[in-house]
Amino acid sequence: MRSQYDVIIIGAGVVGCMVARWLSRYTLRILLVEKTSDVCTGATAANSALVHAGYHAVPGTLKAEMNIKANPMWDRLSEDLQFGFVRSGAYIVAVGEDERPSLDMFLDRAQKNGTPAQIISGREMHKREPCITPEVTSALFVPAGGICDPWGATIAAAENAVMNGVELRLDTEFQEFLWSDEEVKHIVGIKTNRGRFHSRWVINAAGLFADEVMHKAGVRPEFTITPRRGEYFVLDRSRIQVQNVLFPVPTPISKGILVTPTLHGNTLIGPNAENVEDKIDVDVTPEGMDEIWDGGKKLVPSLDRRDIIAVFAGLRPAGNAPCQNPDVHYNHDFIIEIPEHVKGFVNLGGMDSPALTAAPAIAEKVVELLREAGEALAPKADWDSIRPARPVFRNLSHGEQAALVAEDPRYGRVICRCEYVTEGEIVAEIHAPIPATTYDALKRRTWLGTGRCLGAFDMPRVINILARELGKDPLEITKKGDGSELLFRRTKEVP
Amino acid sequence: MAKPLKSHYDVVVIGAGPGGLAAAISAKKTGADDVLMIDRDPELGGILLQCIHNGFGVETFKEDLPGPSYAQRFINEAQSVGIEYLLDAMVLDVTPGRKIYVSGARGGFRELQARAIVIAMGCRERTRAQIRIPGPRPAGVYTAGLAQRWVNVEGYMPGERFVILGSGDIGMIMARRLTFEGAKVERVLEVMPYLTGLSRNYVQCLMDFDIPLQLRHTVKRIIGNDRVEAVEAVQVDERWQSVPGTEEIIPCDTLLLSVGLIPENELSQKAGVVLDPVTNGPFVDDGFATNIPGVFAAGNVVHVYDLVDWVTQAGLTAGRRAAMFAKGSCNKKAVMVPTAAGRNVRYVVPHKLDPETLTQDAITLQMRVTQPMEEAVQVRITDGDTLIAKKRERYARPGEMVSLTLRGQEYDAVRNAKKLVVSVAPV
Repeated sequence: MRSQYDVIIIGAGVVGCMVARWLSRYTLRILLVEKTSDVCTGATAANSALVHAGYHAVPGTLKAEMNIKANPMWDRLSEDLQFGFVRSGAYIVAVGEDERPSLDMFLDRAQKNGTPAQIISGREMHKREPCITPEVTSALFVPAGGICDPWGATIAAAENAVMNGVELRLDTEFQEFLWSDEEVKHIVGIKTNRGRFHSRWVINAAGLFADEVMHKAGVRPEFTITPRRGEYFVLDRSRIQVQNVLFPVPTPISKGILVTPTLHGNTLIGPNAENVEDKIDVDVTPEGMDEIWDGGKKLVPSLDRRDIIAVFAGLRPAGNAPCQNPDVHYNHDFIIEIPEHVKGFVNLGGMDSPALTAAPAIAEKVVELLREAGEALAPKADWDSIRPARPVFRNLSHGEQAALVAEDPRYGRVICRCEYVTEGEIVAEIHAPIPATTYDALKRRTWLGTGRCLGAFDMPRVINILARELGKDPLEITKKGDGSELLFRRTKEVP
Repeated sequence: MAKPLKSHYDVVVIGAGPGGLAAAISAKKTGADDVLMIDRDPELGGILLQCIHNGFGVETFKEDLPGPSYAQRFINEAQSVGIEYLLDAMVLDVTPGRKIYVSGARGGFRELQARAIVIAMGCRERTRAQIRIPGPRPAGVYTAGLAQRWVNVEGYMPGERFVILGSGDIGMIMARRLTFEGAKVERVLEVMPYLTGLSRNYVQCLMDFDIPLQLRHTVKRIIGNDRVEAVEAVQVDERWQSVPGTEEIIPCDTLLLSVGLIPENELSQKAGVVLDPVTNGPFVDDGFATNIPGVFAAGNVVHVYDLVDWVTQAGLTAGRRAAMFAKGSCNKKAVMVPTAAGRNVRYVVPHKLDPETLTQDAITLQMRVTQPMEEAVQVRITDGDTLIAKKRERYARPGEMVSLTLRGQEYDAVRNAKKLVVSVAPV
C-alpha cells in the first residue's frame, strides 16, 4: 500500500466513480476513498434511476450543459460497462385543462437546450399508456429520456476503474487536507481515519458532504448543501401496469412525483421533496408516503396499495451555487471547477438531479480541467474500456439457464426466491474486482432481497454464503458495515 | 434420489410441506403411477421443520406433536409408497400446458411434463414494506418466521431485546421461544382491537411468560440507522390514526413482524391460475381444482389455515383429484354450485362445489369471520333463503378458522341451490 498518489478522489458515488473511471485511462496513480463500506451508498443509492433528456434543466446553466452533453454518452457507456440502460423516452403528462399550457414552457426549454421533444394529444398518450388517468389532456414526449440501473452503472464504473489500476479504499473517511509546507494554499493530500495519503490533486466528489469538504479547503464558504429527501414506493413486478416514464407537470422545487418502470420490471413511484437537516436522514414518513401515493394516483388511478413491496427514501445533495452565466438567474447549479486560489484541488458540488445523468460528462470535464491545469495525461497503452458483466440468471432464456447450470452447478441453486438470484451470482460478486462483503452490497449488485419477501427467505442462506466465502463467522456478517451485524450470538448449547 | 429423474410424471407436486406431502401420498395411493415432489429446501417437510413447538396432529393423530415429528410421519409414508422427490431445487416456471422448469444445485436445470400438477408452495410473511412502517432501514427488522428459522434451524439468535409487532401465531410462539433462549421480549403490539392468532397461543406463549400484549397499538417509527435501537409505539383509534400523547419509546435491538401471511402464488399465476383477491389464493372447487385443467392447489397456497391438520386434509383431497385427472377418471360434466360469503364472513373455501361429490364424500366449507363474536354463534348455509345446514360454535374469532361440513343428507338441497351462502351470526 503506497501513500503517494497523483490523484485522490473523495467519495465513491456515481460522480466519484465516473471520474475515477475516466482518469484511469491515463498513467496516473489514483486513490478513491469512501467512508462507508461500499460504493454508491449515498445520494446514488436512492433516486429515480432516470437518464434525463435535458428539458427540465434551466437553459444556460451548467446543469443543462452537462445533462445535454451526457445524455447521448449513455448508450456507449452502458455497452462498455455492461450495465442496464434502456432509452425508453419520457413523458410529462398534463392532467386537466389547467396544466396543458405549462407543457409549452418545457417544449421551449427542450428546444433551447437542444433535445427533441413533441407535444402529443391526451388520446395519443392514452394509446401509448393505457393505464394513464382518463383526465389526461396532453403530454410532452421526449425520446432521449431513459431508465438505468444507477447501482449497476456506479459499481461497473468503479470496477472498471479498479481493473485499470485505481485503488479503492472503503471505510476510509476524509478528515482534513494536508497542506504544503513550502507554499500557501496548496493541497498535497488528505488525512483520514485510516491514515494520511499524499497526492498532487484531490478531487471533491463528496456528494451530500461536498460543502463540508470544500470549506475545509477554504473554498466557497457561502456554499451549503441542503439535503432534500425523496421517498419512493416499489410495486410488485408480477402486477406490472406502467410501461412508460411518466412525469407530472413539475412543481417549482422538483420534477414532481413520477411513475416509472424500473429496469428490473417493477413500477417505481416517487419522489416527494422535503428539505431535512440531517445528511443521513433517509427515514420514510407517514406524510411522505401519503404524498407520493396521491401523486402516483394522479397519473395512474388504478395503482393498488397491496402491490407495494418496498418503501425507501433517498437524499438529493441540493446546493446553492449561482449559475456562472450572469444572464441566467438560477441558484442551484453544479460546481465543476479548479478554484483559482487553492492549488491541487478539483471541486465538484451541488450534485443533485441531473447529476446521475450528467456524471459521465462531469468526469470528462474534470479531465479537461486537469489538462488545462497542465497535467500531461498520457494515455495508458493497456487501458481496457470494457467491464465484462457477469451472468444474471433471471435474464437468461431457459436454454441459456440450462447451459450455465451445466457449466457451474452453483448457478442452479436459487437463493432469492422472488428475484431468482442464484448462488453462482452471489459467489461471483463476493469475489469480484470490488468484493461485495455485506448483505446490502450483494443486494445492490444482484437485486436479491428486493422482491416481495424482502429477504426473509434468502437472508440466512446469504449470510452462510458470505461467511463461507469470506472465511468469517456468520455472527460477523453485517447488513451494511460495522454496527449493523445481522445476528447476535449462538443459541444455547444442548446439554 | 433413489431413482433417476424421468421427464414425464403423472403427478408433480410443487412444495414438500404438509400440503404437498399429503397430496403426493394421496395421489400415489389413488393410482398415479409416478409422483414427483419438488422442494427448494434440502429436506422434505417444509416450514414444519422449523416449528419445533408442539400443537401439531391433534386432529389427525389425536396426539400433540412437534412440527418435525408430524412431518416425519408423512415423510416416512411418502418414502414407503414410493414417491420420488427432487430437493434443493426451485421451480422457475409452470406453463398452462403443465410443463415445469426447475433448477437445482444437484439436479441441474430440467424441463418436466406432468399430467397433473398440485401447487403446494405454502405462504409467505407480510413484510415491513406492506405495512409501511416509517423510519430508517437498520439491521434488526425481521419477520417472525425468519427469526424462527435462525433460532430453530441455524442456531443463531438475531437479537437480545425484542418488540414483536402483530399477534400472529408465529410471533407469539417466537416470543416464548426467544424467552427460553434467554432473550427479553418487551412487548407484543397488535394494531387490531383483537388477537389475530390462536387464543391458545396467547395463553401458552404470552400469558404464561408475563409478556405484555397491547391491542390497538402499533409501531409509529423505527429508531436506529445501523441496528435497531428502539421503536416508538403508539395507540391507534378506530380509524387507525395515532392517538397523540400515547407515544412511547421502547428500547430494543430487534423488531419482529408477525403481521399476516400471504399465499405464495407467483408460480400459479405463471400457469394462468386465477386468484381470489380476498384469499390471495386460487379460486378452487371442492376437489381443489383451479381454473387451469389439471392444476390443483393444496394447503396454504389456497388460503391461510390455522392448523396443519386442515392443510393435510386439503392436501389429501387435492392429491386424490390430481391422480384421477392424470388417469382420466374425473367427472368432467360437473354442474358446480358457487359458494358466497354472507354475514360476518370474509371468505369461504371452496369457491364452488360439485353436488355429486356428496354422494360419495363429505365436503367441508372453511371460512374466516370478519369481526370477532365472543358469544355463542350459529354458522349457517342457506341457498339465499332456505337453511341447508347449520352448526353452533361457542365464539367466532378472525384468528381461528370456522368450518362446516356438508354430507350426503344435504345432497338434494345442495343440488337444487343456485348458490350456497354462508353466514356466522349470534344465536
